[in-house]
Parts: sequence; C-alpha cells; structure tokens
Amino acid sequence: MVAFNLPANSRIGQGKTFKAPAGAKNVREFKIYRWNPDDGKNPQMDTYEIDLDACGPMVLDALIKIKNEVDPTLTFRRSCREGICGSCAMNIDGGNTLACLKPIEEVGGAVRINPLPHMPVVKDLVPDLSQVYAQLRSIEPWLQADSPAPPDGERLQSKEERAKLDGLWECILCFCCSTACPSYWWNGDRYLGPAVLLQAYRWIADSRDERTGERLDALEDPFKLYRCHTIMNCTDTCPKGLNPAKAIGSIKQLILERQV
Amino acid sequence: MSDSHKAPHVDMLRSPLGRARGLGSARAGSHHWWAQRLTAIALVPLTLWFICGAIRMTGASRAEVADWLSSPLTLTLMLALVIGTFHHLQLGLQIVIEDYVHKESTRLTAVLAMKAACILLALACIISVLRLGL
Repeated sequence: MVAFNLPANSRIGQGKTFKAPAGAKNVREFKIYRWNPDDGKNPQMDTYEIDLDACGPMVLDALIKIKNEVDPTLTFRRSCREGICGSCAMNIDGGNTLACLKPIEEVGGAVRINPLPHMPVVKDLVPDLSQVYAQLRSIEPWLQADSPAPPDGERLQSKEERAKLDGLWECILCFCCSTACPSYWWNGDRYLGPAVLLQAYRWIADSRDERTGERLDALEDPFKLYRCHTIMNCTDTCPKGLNPAKAIGSIKQLILERQV
Repeated sequence: MSDSHKAPHVDMLRSPLGRARGLGSARAGSHHWWAQRLTAIALVPLTLWFICGAIRMTGASRAEVADWLSSPLTLTLMLALVIGTFHHLQLGLQIVIEDYVHKESTRLTAVLAMKAACILLALACIISVLRLGL
C-alpha cells in the first residue's frame, strides 16, 4: 500500500545552523536536506545563512558557495551550470528543477532544498537513479532500422519529419518530471514514468526508425504506459519547458490508431 | 550504529535492467483506456437526460413513472445509462486499486470483489428498471 508516513529512520530532524558572517546585509536562509549513510543518524535540515551580495544569482551558486566556504561536507551533483547536463536536478522550494537555472530571487523567504522526491538517497542531495537509467535502457533509445544507411551519407529526413522531434530531443534526462509524478512515486517499479516515455516517443516519432510497431508493442501495458493519468506534474515541473504529458498522449493515440 | 540505519537488506541481486524489463509488456491496457473515455463521453448526455427526467418526475406517482419508463426510447436510454455508469465505475475503480494496492494477492482480490459488486449492482438496477418499465 501507499505509505503516508515516512519510516522511523527517514524522519527529518532539526539540523545545525551556520550563521552569516558579521556585517552581511542581504542574508537569505538556505535549509538543506542532509543525510550521511555513514554516521547512522536520521536525515536533518541544516540551515545556512548566506550573504546574497557575495553570491551568484542561482541556487547552484549558493550551493557551491556553501561547499567552498561554509561546509565542505555538503554533497550534491553539478557539472555544466547552464541547464544542459541535468546533474543538479533537485527539489527547490517544493518543486523539482535544476539548481543552475533557478534564480534565488524567484524563491520567497528561506530556500528549502531537498533531493529529488521518492528516490533512494545516496547522500545529501544525491539520489540513486539506477532504476530510471535501467528503464531508459529498456526502451532501447537508439535508432533501429533494417534498411542499411546510404553508403555515401547519413539517413535523410524532410524538414517536416525533423520538426516532429522538436520538443522531444531537448530533454536532458534530469528526471525532474518522473520524480514529480505521483503515479511514478506509487508504481515506479513498473510504470516507466514521463521522462522515459518521452524518450520512447522521441524514437517512435523519428521517421528514420523502422521499429515503430515493436516500440508500441513494448509500451502497450497497463503499468508501463497506462499508469499515466494525465496529472501533468511532469509538464508543470520540466525545467526545459517540455511537455512529457503530450508525448505520452501521442503514444496512447498511436496505439489506438493501429486498432481502429 | 543500529542496523536500521545501514543500507536496506538486499533481497534481490537481479540487475536494474532485468527488473525494469520485468515480465515484459502485457500487450493490453489500450482497450481499458479507450473504453473509459468513451463511456465518460456517453455518460455526459445520458446523465443530463436522466437529471431532466428525474426533475420532471418530481412528485409523480409510481404509475406515472412506470408510464414514462414504458416508452421504448426512455427504457433504452435508462438501460444505457445504468450499463454505462457501472461499466465506467468498474473501469475507474480498477485503476484506483491498481494505483494504490501493491500486494499482488490483495490487489487481485480487491479488483475481483469490486467487479463482482459492480456487476451485481448493475443487474439489480437493470431488473428494477425492467420491472417498472415493462
């Protein structure tokens, strides 16, 4: 059954407070989820007071400042700091997004930061994404065609065919959407989730791919696909402004189309 | 350090990919999804028609209601409403149970019990309508 309470060893306690340096004028609190698998303690929310006058504009800037100057034990993933790698996906102010694209200014009051919801936590803000990566692999996200590629060049697409991939190819696989989806929270072991289904549709919609039918076969399942109830949290939260719910709708439409 | 804080007990060493593929696709679900949408659309006019009929019959005697129901059109629409409602109900409740009940034996029992209840209630409604209308 769905659990409404956290298990005893997951309950979040009050953590330490790191005061702002004396003389700081533009101070903002950052309340950050901390959990260390090695110390045997429950998770806790640590509070860091940061002088925004001495900090970059994005939430990731604040996290890097904390790690560099205040508390080097704070653990999080980051790489490109410009919204293209998907590493710094986390829950900021109650919504999943990329820390590097989220301006601190957009958050009113204390900035609450948690790891992506409903994923096992490795440490602090680092979630274990093995399951979603495996689910992505299970939909075979690569071009599959029996016709050999032309010997003198690439497989061609018309401009119209290529346009069908717009809104799909931009996905950076940060999994903000999948971890915002209640259906994925309750049935993530069987439901593929919005990110993986958007990727599946990216290959279904690709004019160069010749396995469309097999791809639809593999998705036509009460749990893999039809756990989507068009809740739209995915589209609402996507930091790249994509629409996974629409892609899922298109898959359902194609499965119907081949029956009628 | 207490045991409860260590990594969870590993009872499965199957690879993540093996678990993600699971038992494969059931090649089903589209019919359920489509039927749920079709019954939803059909129930909009049927329900409005029924509400109008019920308002018109306010304060009517049993004989007057029986007379209204005895028209073939009214009887057909009434039976369509009953069948559509219970079909839609069991489709929707099945989704709710599958969403929230995770233990396989409990889920199967709950789905079967719910479907049996829907069938029995639908039959009771159909028989009542027919007894009154025929």
